[in-house]
Amino acid sequence: MLTKRIIPCLDIKDGRTVKGINFEQIRDAGDPIELGAFYAEQGADELVFLDITATIEKRKTLSELVNKIAHKINIPFTVGGGIKTEEDVSVLLQNGADKIAINTAAFLDPTIIHRFAKNFGSQCVVLAIDAKCEEDNNWYVYLNGGRTKTDKLVTDWAKEAVDLGIGEILLTSMNHDGTKQGFALDITAQLAETLPVPIIASGGGGNEKHFLDVFTKGKADAALAASIFHYKELAIPDLKQFLNKQGIAIRL
Amino acid sequence: MNTIIIQYNAGNIQSVLYALERLGVQALVTDNVELIQKADKVIFPGVGEASTAMHYLKERGLDKVIQHLKQPVLGICLGMQLMCTYSEENDTTCLGIFEEQVKLFKPSDASIKVPQIGWNNIGQLKTDLFKGVAENSFTYFVHGYYAALGAHTIATTQYIQPYSSALHKDNFYGVQFHPEKSAKVGEQIIQNFLNIS
Repeated sequence: MLTKRIIPCLDIKDGRTVKGINFEQIRDAGDPIELGAFYAEQGADELVFLDITATIEKRKTLSELVNKIAHKINIPFTVGGGIKTEEDVSVLLQNGADKIAINTAAFLDPTIIHRFAKNFGSQCVVLAIDAKCEEDNNWYVYLNGGRTKTDKLVTDWAKEAVDLGIGEILLTSMNHDGTKQGFALDITAQLAETLPVPIIASGGGGNEKHFLDVFTKGKADAALAASIFHYKELAIPDLKQFLNKQGIAIRL
Repeated sequence: MNTIIIQYNAGNIQSVLYALERLGVQALVTDNVELIQKADKVIFPGVGEASTAMHYLKERGLDKVIQHLKQPVLGICLGMQLMCTYSEENDTTCLGIFEEQVKLFKPSDASIKVPQIGWNNIGQLKTDLFKGVAENSFTYFVHGYYAALGAHTIATTQYIQPYSSALHKDNFYGVQFHPEKSAKVGEQIIQNFLNIS
């Protein structure tokens, strides 16, 4: 039976993971390779590495980092952050990334979705959407790491992107991100029930019950979280055992 | 031991190379016919589209080379599908090593996603390829087309319906999942392939 996926997300800046972490089991928690390998060992189903490096110059080191990660890690991983061209994608995939995630660049020029899907296959193109529920109760797409509002509804953009060939959607609720009060169940379910591609829910996961809810009520195919794993508030093996006991299909 | 990964216009070749490196095996990635024919083990990987890949192989004569290999050959994902007789993906005639046919997943309801992306069980395991691998172990899949069950099925997976997650005939093995991305279970399967004589 196809299982629900648990995906830790690592933010990378200048080749190091941000958000200070201190695991006893690993020497250097700032090292994305070592932290990624640790999560893989713990039973993470996939990993996402998000590069938040500000300058293009320093981004060039990303492909070298991806290469080292690919050498070390024996589960699939996605790389995102500043990807704009076929060349960007090609370099990352050739260095061993399994998928790439695009966000603002795809919104500003949706044709890149079609081009990426055609050249590299839909299965490796993930659309990241930063979504915010406004006072009018509608979910809107935000760009540039949540700094820029657009008038586009999340449901409309997601459907357009699927038609253009996106393979998966990583949906982050800005209202829930960082709150640890649970995932955005309504919009996640709305996308999961209407679109033919897997939905990865992100933002708000604070405890085991939240993950159970996002898989049952939110109908998500995968759930992504960062700080609760980084700060050891929730261990992946414990989370997976809990979900398994609750009848969720999970890889143990 | 001399292990070759066939180079062609498909993805995931690097991932397979790195997975072998983690097992201490330095493989060579090449499309050189002579080197492929002389290798002890041949891996035929692939993420991509069937007709484009077959066209590329035919142009270089690699289709006939693969069909006539006598050493152990492991097809992965698209590699395995290309070793079947026919794929519905753009109506493609494939290599015809396995008689099983490759069909498009047809979702039984809207909640089922195609392609299948993620970890699923492999069961009814046969042959030394799965030596030491527990029934219903999890492996990582990414595919929209599947090989039907048949005489050469050596592993079965359930998604919409049961299908062949691995095939075997003579010296040819194929796996639909990605052993190079399937954590320890995948490493065991790759090691088992390398141990086949």
